[in-house]
Amino acid sequence: MSDFQDLEPTPRKRTPLKFILGGIVIIGGIIFLIVSSLNANVQYFLTVDEVVAGSNAGDLDGRNIRVSGAVVGDSIAYDIDSLQLNFVIAHVPAENQILADEGGLAQALNNAVNDPTRSRLEVIYFGPVPDLLQNESQAILTGQLLSSGVFEADEILLKCPTKYEGSVPEQVGIQGE
Amino acid sequence: MVAEIGFGALFITLIFAVYGVGAAIYGERSRNKAWIQSAQQAMKLVFPILTISIGSLLYLLASGHFEVVYVANVTSRSMPLYLKMTALWGGQAGSLLFWSWLLAGFISAVTLRKWDRDQDLLPWVIVVNLVTLIFFLILNIFYENPFTRYWQDASGIITSFGQPPGALPIFPRDGAGLNPYLRHPGMIIHPPMQYLGFVGFIIPFSFAVASLITRRTDDRWIQLSRSWTLWAWLFLSLGLILGARWAYDVLGWGGYWGWDPVENSALMPWLTGTAYLHAVLIHEKRGMFKEWSMVLIVLTYLLVIFGTFITRSGLLSSVHSFAQSTIGPVFLGFIALTLLITAWLLNSRWKILRSPHVVQNLFSREALIIISVVLFLGLLVTVFWGVLFPMISELVTGQKVTVGPPFYERVAAPILGGLLILMVICPLAVWSYVSFRSLGKLLWKPFLVSLIGIILPLLGGLTRWPAVIAFWLVAFVLAVNAFEFARRIRKRRKKAGESFWSSLTRVFRRNQRSYAAMIIHVGVVLMALGIIGIEFFQSETQGTLAEGQSINLDSYTMTYEDLDIFITEDAREVARAVVSVNKDGELLGVINPRRDFYFESGQPVTIPGVRSTLLDDFYVILVDWKEVTADGATFKVYHNPLVKWLWIGAWVFILGVIVATWQPKKTAARIIKSG
Repeated sequence: MSDFQDLEPTPRKRTPLKFILGGIVIIGGIIFLIVSSLNANVQYFLTVDEVVAGSNAGDLDGRNIRVSGAVVGDSIAYDIDSLQLNFVIAHVPAENQILADEGGLAQALNNAVNDPTRSRLEVIYFGPVPDLLQNESQAILTGQLLSSGVFEADEILLKCPTKYEGSVPEQVGIQGE
Repeated sequence: MVAEIGFGALFITLIFAVYGVGAAIYGERSRNKAWIQSAQQAMKLVFPILTISIGSLLYLLASGHFEVVYVANVTSRSMPLYLKMTALWGGQAGSLLFWSWLLAGFISAVTLRKWDRDQDLLPWVIVVNLVTLIFFLILNIFYENPFTRYWQDASGIITSFGQPPGALPIFPRDGAGLNPYLRHPGMIIHPPMQYLGFVGFIIPFSFAVASLITRRTDDRWIQLSRSWTLWAWLFLSLGLILGARWAYDVLGWGGYWGWDPVENSALMPWLTGTAYLHAVLIHEKRGMFKEWSMVLIVLTYLLVIFGTFITRSGLLSSVHSFAQSTIGPVFLGFIALTLLITAWLLNSRWKILRSPHVVQNLFSREALIIISVVLFLGLLVTVFWGVLFPMISELVTGQKVTVGPPFYERVAAPILGGLLILMVICPLAVWSYVSFRSLGKLLWKPFLVSLIGIILPLLGGLTRWPAVIAFWLVAFVLAVNAFEFARRIRKRRKKAGESFWSSLTRVFRRNQRSYAAMIIHVGVVLMALGIIGIEFFQSETQGTLAEGQSINLDSYTMTYEDLDIFITEDAREVARAVVSVNKDGELLGVINPRRDFYFESGQPVTIPGVRSTLLDDFYVILVDWKEVTADGATFKVYHNPLVKWLWIGAWVFILGVIVATWQPKKTAARIIKSG
């Protein structure tokens, strides 16, 4: 290392105090913004079980929550005049391990919809019907729990696991050999 | 057969890459040039060999070999040829192979330059690039093999590359088809641009690491990699813009940016890359903040890998059980290893990087640039924290949480405002020292002009002060740039007595980079105008109309005229509404919001009808219609003021980057002659 110390011509000057202070103000400001905005905008991500439990306990009033579950196809109802969409989601476990044990996400969604013992949550939403809303699609809803126990969604995210990669195409035929 | 060729080529590329790393290190240690040259040859060959692999996959996609799992997943018979080809990056395994191929292209191209002066850097450039390539090749070979096939044995259908014992090959008649959302032209060009941007930043990183290892403290590595960096930045910017445009045109929620983890992971390397481009200016001009440019390029590289990881592994959304992938741990391992090595390198070279000079003046250009770098890093920390917070919270408290767009918007808006203020002052500041007085002299005229940006909105009845401030800042930046440009031309004309146009071109050519920066900043400000418009003033309504009925929004009236339902050749059922748009009683035109239903995937795609002007966009979504009678349809309608400036600004920005990137040798020669 000694051959490199020779390269330093003069000892480094100290950074003026005003820059250190200015830097602290800017960085402090950004940290303050992040922390304060985070507290105001955190959404709790819950399963249907947790929402139903919280609804009974009254813990979730006025909170901004996200809930995920399996869409029950028979329950989808849409009123084209008021753009009011109603449907029911069924509880799907959140842990990947349990999902894997159930045979993957697609199977877990199927189980959830066909198992009448699972807890269910009524959902209301005003707006266009999302493209992917169908039986056994996975719904991630953002919104609030109303005092009636119905979940009012502001935003709906949907995914149909069976439609995409990883699934075996339906029209498989065996040829040759 | 073709699949075997493709996989074989992939494997041979891996062997060449591993050999290249070994030969480069051995040659460097033993000071044997022949080994380094041999490594260079190996590096040159990775691109042609990997091209064979890509070619094989393209052939399989184009000719419909559905026995290959990847082909069956992303293509179908009814897709047109160009979509079958672009399905190359429509899924996980293919896009990773495409990524590796682009990287191989950059790597091979790097070997072609003249290395005479920089022989000491060469072995380490080879090592860094090839190690990155090896990582992606390993992913493709062992985890996400695009050449895997379907087989059937007693237990059912299985997938594997080689034939498992007792299994028979099966040949599906058709594939699942490309996700309809990915069939839009924007989505076809967007991923390659994004990947080119990602891949491009690996080259400057390799030069930086080589420079660190060899303890060179000059800015040679920056000069050598400048055009690579600018190209990477150009492509990454294009990727982000095209992605936003696609969201606006296809996703039909009236927005352009949703702050979801995948978007964020593409934005993060752009933020550090942009900060890097600013920091190297000080490095080159003043020899200061060398450690900043090093840290920033290292961060960019890590975020590129992290971004690919987030996009490709589905880790973040998998917390809430979207698609799982096995490549997560491999990625994390690679990122951790890179982080350790680069941190150690930076730490051990920190002393020789530090400059003896410090910034003395708050309004000097270096001070302003450093502040802008800090603000970019502030944005980075915000986005990074928003992406990671859900994972950390779950680990620490067991409570799953997410943060939505309001979090990002609240933090980002003031920081972006700060960056706009810097853009006001920066073109006027000079290196080293600026007095407040001389700055004031240059600022007061543009300041007066910028008051238009306050007065006009106030006269227009605008009362929201954040919007007023934002408009004022936009006007101020534009005014400063215009005045500064005019001032420089005047100065030149006075000195040389030339005509306006020859002064303009001379001034421009003399300092192409500085004017490129001006163009880029004007582009950013115009984009800001569009963002202000849609964020502050978007209004919306919805309604169900019978044919001939109308709905009003602001000064617009839309009338539902007709609905056509027809089936296309590529297996879609299209429902297309005819909607006429009136403003203040005058017919402006007809737009066609529509809904395409894809039979193969059973998925509808909603495509808005948009009437776009410089002043505002009228954006209509066809929500639903009554099937049998076809006499009623439901629409969601948005009025998005000024949003077109977002796209105009984006193209001005891209133009600026091209001007910065494109420096023909001829011009340089002419400058030397005339100067």
